[in-house]
Order: sequence, then C-alpha cells, then structure tokens
Amino acid sequence: MAERGEGGGPVLSRALPERRRWAGAEGAIHAALLLAAGVAVLATVAIASVLFGNSLSFFTAVSPWTFYSGSVWSPDIRGLFGVLPLLVGTLVIAGGAALLGIPLGLGAALYLREYAPAWVRSIVKPVLEILAGVPTIVFGFFALVFVTPALQDWFGASYFNGLSAILVIAFLIVPLVSSLSEDALAAVPSDLREGALALGATRFEASVRVVLPAALSGIGASCLLAFSRAVGETMVVVIAAGVHTDLHADVLRPMTTLAGFVARRATGDLPTGSTLYQSLFAVGLTLFLMTLALNLVSDRLRARFREEYA
Amino acid sequence: MRPRSRQSRGVREVLFRIGAIACLVAALGVLAVLLGSILVTAAPMLRPELVTNFPSTTNPWRAGYWPAIVGTLYVVALTLLFALPLGVAAGIYLEEYAPPGRLTRLLQAGVANLAGVPSVVFGLLGLALFVRPPLALGPSVIAAALTLTLLVFPYVVVTTQESLRAVPRSLREASLAIGATRWQTIRGQVVPAAAPGLLTGSILAASRALGETAPLIVLGSVVLLTIPPWDLSAPFVVLSVQIYAFIGLPGAGFQAVAAAGMVVLLGMLLLFNGLAIVARNRLQRKR
Repeated sequence: MAERGEGGGPVLSRALPERRRWAGAEGAIHAALLLAAGVAVLATVAIASVLFGNSLSFFTAVSPWTFYSGSVWSPDIRGLFGVLPLLVGTLVIAGGAALLGIPLGLGAALYLREYAPAWVRSIVKPVLEILAGVPTIVFGFFALVFVTPALQDWFGASYFNGLSAILVIAFLIVPLVSSLSEDALAAVPSDLREGALALGATRFEASVRVVLPAALSGIGASCLLAFSRAVGETMVVVIAAGVHTDLHADVLRPMTTLAGFVARRATGDLPTGSTLYQSLFAVGLTLFLMTLALNLVSDRLRARFREEYA
Repeated sequence: MRPRSRQSRGVREVLFRIGAIACLVAALGVLAVLLGSILVTAAPMLRPELVTNFPSTTNPWRAGYWPAIVGTLYVVALTLLFALPLGVAAGIYLEEYAPPGRLTRLLQAGVANLAGVPSVVFGLLGLALFVRPPLALGPSVIAAALTLTLLVFPYVVVTTQESLRAVPRSLREASLAIGATRWQTIRGQVVPAAAPGLLTGSILAASRALGETAPLIVLGSVVLLTIPPWDLSAPFVVLSVQIYAFIGLPGAGFQAVAAAGMVVLLGMLLLFNGLAIVARNRLQRKR
C-alpha cells in the first residue's frame, strides 16, 4: 500500500499524529508475525536435522543395511542393532489397533451423521471429545491393570502383551476417526443423499452405497491419520506391551514398538555420542519418516476430496 | 445386481441401526469403565497427603505428588507463556497477512507436518537441542517447557486460524473503511471477535501440555525429587511422569497411588476446561 494511503494524507496526518507512528509500526508488526509463523518451518527443520545428524553418525558405526535387515535388537548386551523386531512390533500393534478402531470410529461417524437424533449427538459428541482429551498414560494404566488380567484369564496371555495395547489404542483412535470421518460425510452434498432416498433407497442404502463412496477419499485420509497416530503412540505400549524385542508377531507375548523403545531407553543417563544414544535417533528417524509418509498421503487424499466438493 | 425384496431390505436396515448403536454404546461404555475403574482403584489413596507428600518408592501410603504438582503448574504455565503469543501471532500471519504463494504454502505445510509428528520425537528433539549441547540446559523446567512449546505450537496456530476465519469479513471491511490500519483492525476488531475461539485453543494447548508424558520421559525427568522444582534450571518432574514412575513399582499400593495421581491429573484437566467454558460464555455474552 502506498505511503499516502496508509498515512491518510498530510492534513489528516497532522490532525491525527498517532496515525503516522502506526504507518511505520505496521511493517514491524508484519515482520514479527511472519517470524512467528516461521517457527513452524524452523521446528520442522530442527527435527529433521537432529534426527538425520545423529542417525548419520549412527550409520557410520552400524551400516543402514545391518540396521534395517537385522532381526536381533539387543543394543545393551550384544551390541546388535537390527530394527526389524521393533518395526514388526509397530506394524502389528498399530495395524491391529487400526483394524479394530477404524470400523468402530467409522460406524460411530456414520450413525452420528446419518441416523442419530439431535439429542443423541448432543451427548455423544462431547463424550468423544472428552475421550480424545484423556491423557494416554491413563489409557496405558487401564490396559495394564484392567484389560491385561482379563486377557491372562481368557487367553493365557503374559503380563506384558501386545493385544492389551492393541485393544486400548483402538479405543484411543476412535474419537479421531469418528470426528474426521464425520467432517468428510458432512461435506458430501445433501443432494446426493436426497436423490438416493427419493429413488426409493433405504437410509442404509443411501448412506452405505451413495454417501460413503462419495466421501471415500476424505474417510481414507482420516483412516491414514488414525494409523499414523497409532504408530506414534508411546505410553500405552511402554506400559502394557513391555520391552521385549524378540522378533515375533504373537500378540499374547510381550513386544514393543519404535516409539516404545525410544521412551523406554532414553532415560537421561546415556552418554551423548555413544552408539546407543545415537540409535535412539535412528529409531526416531524411522518412526518420523513412517508417520510423515502417512500424513502426506493423508493430506493428498484430503486435498483431492476438497477439490471434489469445492 | 438382483433387486432384493422389501422385507430383506427392512431387516438390513434394522440390523444396521443396531450395529451403529452398538458402536456408540461401546465407545461410551469404554469411557465410563475407564474413568470408573480408575476412581475405584484410586479411592483409598484420595486424601490430602496425596498432594502434600513427597514421592516415596518404598511406602505407597507415604507417597505423594507435591513436587510433581509444582512442576506441572510451572512447566505448563511456562509453555503457555511461550506457545500462546507465538502460536497466535503465527495464526494471525497465516490468516490475515499471508499472500497466496509458495512461502505461505511452505509455512502452512510446516504447521501441518509439525502437528503430525509423534510426541516422542519431540522428546528426542528436546534431548538433542535443549537438554544436551548446544543449549545444555539439562533435564530442567525450562528445557521441558521449550520442548512442550514446540509440541503445542501447531495446535495453537490451527485453532487461531479457525477462529479468525469465523470472523465475518464485513467487520474487517468496516474497520478499514473508517480509516483503521490493518493491525489496528486486527487488534481492535478481529482478535476481540475471535477471542472465544482463541481461548478454546489455549485450553486445548494447556490440556495437551498437561497430559503429555512420552517426550518428558525422553528428556530425562527426575522422578524422586525431594525439593519441588521452584527454579527454572532445576531438574523437573511433572504429574504424568511421576505417575508413570509409580506404575512401574511393584504392588497394589503403588497402583492405587498411580490411579490417584491420574484422578488429580484429570481433575486439573477438568478444572482448566471448566474455567475456559465459563470464560468463553462471559466473553460471548459481552459482545
């Protein structure tokens, strides 16, 4: 904007002296706000460089091939850094949780959006929000103290086991899936739904065959985000699934994930620069890249969904 | 596809309704069981000593959360002090100033990416950046607050943007038309109009900071403090990490202590959110 327009001309400037001061301050404020927004990029760069930097030193001691193809993770005792047990643990626990939590959240979203009377919505939405706000350590404790004993009785599971974590993380992601999927369903134009109903479809047919497919990319985005959230979940895994790093996929036995290992092993006493210290960052980098890929695909899907109904 | 009889379609309709309701009951049931079971476990430990005693690893009846409560309030207050101005400013820039283009897309992508990073990775960032050299602040209150600042920053930005977007354009145009500058318009009209939304965002940030555990464990929290962390550079401990330490101790007594700690934590969350709702209602009534 031109100086004159900003200051309001010479006469007005003299009449209102504080306006002239403002004209100069505007630029400074603009710059300060831009700087604050820059923190987002700065923090991202900081995360990437911290992870890559330390991983790079780690990969000079342990080759990436040994790291990603090794099936034994025993950093303390045997000095073996094969990340496969952690990777498999992550896929089993996050995959299992997503398999259970996504249909549940989707069902809740579909019901809330297409069926529920207003009073049901007015109760259920806040309850889901509360569930989303409960700290994950509470979920972890719940898994260990209330879910695990039942699994021990029924299936002979061990005290620390993957299934307990899977069940609880599934419920942890339900609010996320349901609120994001509901947004996706809400974005589908109501003409589609009404058209189907007018042609004689039942409400079930209208929601499952017309509305759901129309919202598919948006729902897919929410599912990927939920999976990414499950991949990064830490406390429930550390508390309920244990620290065992044997390579197996038996959910009744102890197992751990990438995030679980980082939280369990980073206890503050590791000397900076040791291979074990750096291995935390290599594991963290693997975790970061996994969630980043999931989030990016999810973003892409959501952008496409927005385009469809813009 | 073969057309189905009316009857079988009706049956499917009913089944679907039952299934959907079952989904809901399951979700709600879990919340009730979750909170109920924790309250029951915690019940014998809910007494004043719980919040006034220091932690103990030998006797659950003497174990308390006093240093952790001080640490939590301190860390969360500092986090908000850093994250709110920063996040609101970034939100204002992105919503009110940012010209469409590559830079804006980059900034927006940074915010979105940051929100999706697992919290434990923020712990690694804090460990390598704040706790160890270059900054070498140690596992201190300030290092914890800085780490949590980065963690809650994207949430503050996104909620700020959402609440600014909800302010009608006419308000901005009217203010600019009578001669206010851009910043005067934002400060005098847009931000006050968006205040209830900003408040919600700050409470969301506070709740996140309050409940986070994993990144703070990674920073190397000290769980057996005998003096509350009054100092910025003092070793920190917070409620969630202290609870985690108690969960790891053997015996039903310490499980009860852990559950009681969760009741305190959830109580604090409830208090925060309750205050926010009251404040938001007052703000909305004033306008």
